[in-house]
Amino acid sequence: MKELPFEHHLLELEKKIDELKSLSKAHFIDLSQEIQTLTAKLEKSKAETYSNLTAWQTAQLARHPRRPLTLDYIAALTEDFLELHGGRQWPDDHSIVGGLARFQGEPVVVVGHQKGRDTKENIHRNFGMPHPEGYRKALRLMKLAEKFDRPILSFIDTPGAYPGMEAEERGQAEAIARNILEMSRIRVPIVVIVIGEGGSGGAVAIGAGDAVLMLEHAIYSVISPEGCASILWKDASKAEEAARALKLTARDLLDLQVIDEMITEPLGGAHRDPKTTSGDVSDAIGRHLERLRAMTSDELLRLRYDKYRRMGVYTEKVNGE
Amino acid sequence: MGWFTKTKESIVPTNLWTKCQKCEDAIYNKDLEKSLHVCPKCGYHFRLSVSARIGMLVDEGSWNEIDGHLRTADPLQFKALTSYSERVERAVDKSQALEAITTGLGNIDGRPAAIGVFNFAFMGGSMGSVVGEKIVRLVDRAIEESRPVLVVSCSGGARMDEGVLSLMQMVKTSQAFSRLSDVRLPFLSVLTDPTTGGVTASFSMLGDVVMAEPGALIGFAGPRVIEQTIKETLPEGFQRSEFLLATGVIDMIVRRSDLKATLCRLLDFFLPARAVKAISSEIPETADADAGAALTL
Repeated sequence: MKELPFEHHLLELEKKIDELKSLSKAHFIDLSQEIQTLTAKLEKSKAETYSNLTAWQTAQLARHPRRPLTLDYIAALTEDFLELHGGRQWPDDHSIVGGLARFQGEPVVVVGHQKGRDTKENIHRNFGMPHPEGYRKALRLMKLAEKFDRPILSFIDTPGAYPGMEAEERGQAEAIARNILEMSRIRVPIVVIVIGEGGSGGAVAIGAGDAVLMLEHAIYSVISPEGCASILWKDASKAEEAARALKLTARDLLDLQVIDEMITEPLGGAHRDPKTTSGDVSDAIGRHLERLRAMTSDELLRLRYDKYRRMGVYTEKVNGE
Repeated sequence: MGWFTKTKESIVPTNLWTKCQKCEDAIYNKDLEKSLHVCPKCGYHFRLSVSARIGMLVDEGSWNEIDGHLRTADPLQFKALTSYSERVERAVDKSQALEAITTGLGNIDGRPAAIGVFNFAFMGGSMGSVVGEKIVRLVDRAIEESRPVLVVSCSGGARMDEGVLSLMQMVKTSQAFSRLSDVRLPFLSVLTDPTTGGVTASFSMLGDVVMAEPGALIGFAGPRVIEQTIKETLPEGFQRSEFLLATGVIDMIVRRSDLKATLCRLLDFFLPARAVKAISSEIPETADADAGAALTL
């Protein structure tokens, strides 16, 4: 099991508590006092660590190898998931999954980036980095949702669009642009949930929606901290500084009014309590869907347009004109 | 500085001669100007300044810049080795422009159009909040006045210094062109060297006709990033206009000397559009309300 540097002392404490528990059980010694002290220490330490995460630590949590992935959420949140693979393009892109499902009993279309858990899975999923046909598959499924008047749930979790030769040859830029354009006119509710990494154009290509929700320890950025560091600092090891400068955490994005809601994670992150996390995600999606379903399509499209129309910060100085 | 001036960013000649970046021939500056900054010997297209671009496309006396008063803010209080505001200041000094795009209304051989021209000299033509806002206002204006839109792109992509707000400009601009499309006004997109990243992956690939100048670097990921990923050297000509034509990503390659005539042919073909119900009544009041909201951030 992999661990992050700042998780280390917590995992040590947890291990110690477990040891004491089994010791006490095996030898019939009453260690409850010690266990209690250590447990209190653990909880305090956890609270301190996770309420003061740096942007870089958040980025590491967002990429945590045990963090729940799109298919985990689909399994936890929906029933009757029927995966549809056909993007009608060659080949099927395994870094984007999608299909039909029931969410809280109602039919929905789900799409999302899919990373892998281990090396083998990650190679199959291309580390969650889509090629153009992945975006085109997602778009086909979203158009299917529109045709049959079903809302769309889109899960974001990608380091970014795949920067490879074939992706360029097959029109990566156009595929992303086309998705953004089409998502701005799809006449059914679109709820976007950033569950891990929101990596630039690769994220936004399935990320423009009526409600954008984001897990507390997810990140969403125009460029990875490493990429930004190597360009602006000319030194990839400055990723920690770049992460802070980019304002890529859920709280930052809430402040910048780029997301609509931050979903709080259990102490220690989603991977420490996937069940509570998916329950909270489910509640949030349900609330937003209910609100969006009450609108006419025209209203939905107008509000979706206005939401993105407002994004950006600038000043107006009228002197020359 | 020697006999030649070797200029990558700016093509403003400081001497009598300029060295071609491709064939290394010395070109008399007056000849270079006459040839629209294309090497007479090898056809290399030099990067063009905004004023030269507008000069070659727009009828004299018809140009009317709009939204030139929009100014860059620093929403993230971004600081790398230098702060964003310092970088902006430097860019203003260097480029003599206030932002990475100039927008306005003008006639192309008598045909009214709404026109945007990217300025690579300003922070690599990168798209942040001001660029996004200017493009959307240009499209709004085009819809109001029933004008086609022409954008000449030249950009390294989204501007990192405005973080995720730059990323969101991809959505903001693309959806504006969706509205332009709804009222059947043409969008002609001209890609020049280089056009990459968030600009390619948003509105600039959404033209009714997408054309490129010869030899322009056009792509999503930059060549260096691709080479680092695949750990191979890219073949000669990869991500150049000719390659994009061969892979079906763009519609055509247009030499600079033919650009104006080609745009006119296209506009004459598309306009006037068949009458459609105007949706201009649905367009939100942009200027005051939104600017106010943006400033409160």
